[in-house]
Amino acid sequence: MIPRSEFAKGFMLSVPATVYVAFLVAAPLVILVTYSLWTQTYVDIDRTVTFSNYREAFTDPLVRHLMIRSILIAAAVTVVTVALAYPIAYFIALKTQRKTLWLLLITIPFWSSYLLRVFAWKLILGFNGVLNSALLALGLIDEPLTFLLYNEFAVVLTLAHAWAPFAILPIFVSIQKIDPSLLEAATDLGNSAIESFVRITLPLTLPGIIAACLIIFIPTVGDYVTPSLVGGSDGKMIANLIQVQFGAANNWPFGATLSLLAMLSVGFVAIVFVLGMSGLGRRIR
Amino acid sequence: MKRFSGLQTYAVLYLGFLYLPVLLLPLFSFNDGTIVAFPIKGWTLEWYRQLGDQDMLIRALRNSLMVGGISALVATAMGLFAARAYVRYNFRGKGFSEGIVMLPLVVPGIIVASSMLILFISMGLKPSLSAVILGHIFLALPFSVSIMKSAFDNFDVSLEEAAFDLGSSVFETFRRVTLPIVAPGIISSLLVSFTVSFDEFVLAFFLSGNEPTLPVYIWSQIRFPAKLPNTLALGSLLLLASVMLLVIAEFFRRRSSKSLV
Repeated sequence: MIPRSEFAKGFMLSVPATVYVAFLVAAPLVILVTYSLWTQTYVDIDRTVTFSNYREAFTDPLVRHLMIRSILIAAAVTVVTVALAYPIAYFIALKTQRKTLWLLLITIPFWSSYLLRVFAWKLILGFNGVLNSALLALGLIDEPLTFLLYNEFAVVLTLAHAWAPFAILPIFVSIQKIDPSLLEAATDLGNSAIESFVRITLPLTLPGIIAACLIIFIPTVGDYVTPSLVGGSDGKMIANLIQVQFGAANNWPFGATLSLLAMLSVGFVAIVFVLGMSGLGRRIR
Repeated sequence: MKRFSGLQTYAVLYLGFLYLPVLLLPLFSFNDGTIVAFPIKGWTLEWYRQLGDQDMLIRALRNSLMVGGISALVATAMGLFAARAYVRYNFRGKGFSEGIVMLPLVVPGIIVASSMLILFISMGLKPSLSAVILGHIFLALPFSVSIMKSAFDNFDVSLEEAAFDLGSSVFETFRRVTLPIVAPGIISSLLVSFTVSFDEFVLAFFLSGNEPTLPVYIWSQIRFPAKLPNTLALGSLLLLASVMLLVIAEFFRRRSSKSLV
């Protein structure tokens, strides 16, 4: 065997995966930008460079409305998911001996098809659905509740369910890393349980919380399945409009423009969030 | 634990919330009625029996198995090499490469799907199962790389060195020393990558053209209320398959590494 440098070996082995992913991230991006500068004329694509798609996207109230709603829904989903998940992560990390069992129990449902889980929520929340029929049978309500399905509430609930482990795991890891002697010291120095949580546990788990927020927020803005199945007309999001451009409307250049704008908005909000959170982290300490 | 604390009660309730949709599909798939609501009318296996007669379903299943199988093999092979490089060697650009490979986890699905559609069309590749496979390899890579990384983490390099010193060739060492030790990791990565592909919808929806995968087929059936019981039965079978594959994968992953998460 010809001895080769560590660099050469490591580089050669990692090249296929890196190049594959980098290509499939970069090339579509270049093509999206190109397409966004073209226009659709019926079945053909007019390759004259123009910013008319961007002009249309910025002036069309529907686009602005859907973009803002997507970001707000994603933000709501992020907050709800993390708030619901934090106590669970805390419980698993500090209050139970059976950590492995709990972690396994929490992850198992999420290896099933995402499409099917969203579909199940549609059946649960429907007018003649599982929840309404159960409440009627128990005599708790007289007529079916109508606020359950086809609105933002249904979208947020379904996505808060879909993202649960992605919030629990990073927060669990960050709680797990806290040195227990810090909490003991806080108690010895006269801090109450709540005080030591706010002053020690919460700031030290901030990196886990930030990670969870990003993992949830970024893909949620572009979610297609949930708004389509449980969103109704009040819960539609930007991904639905993008899909229409590539499907029924057959306006790929405009779809490409919307994809790019969605990506930029997500990136912008994420960067502002990370900067804001790290500022907050410094203030608490 | 002496008493049932508030936190523990919350944890159990939360677990109920997590499992509610996953358990409801199977429950109502045995319901002898076409409406998904309580009370359950009676028990039947009719919906499952009817699945066997649907030709499009069988075809979608075959498509999904093929796409999942090929995607899993390619993703695991690439993940195996990359993970070995990350764990074993120090080289310039390692951190960058490790970051790049994780990207598919954080790019919104609709953006991956729409941009890949345009890319493939521009390159002359029509929407087809091949296009879906290329996309699913991309999505499965982060999973196979992380699983293979944890498999190599517990791998003692001196075993390979000993094999070299005793006169084994590179290939022989790989086949007789490296491969058997990381085999559980490979199996786990294959199963997880397969499941990622098998359950994936949005990308397949954009890229599959007129050869649906199973999730795309289910999507087309969801619209028809009359087909609901069949869709429930099919969905329940898929849930069962995914969970079983993953439990087996988890078993192998634990054998290859002693990590908690």
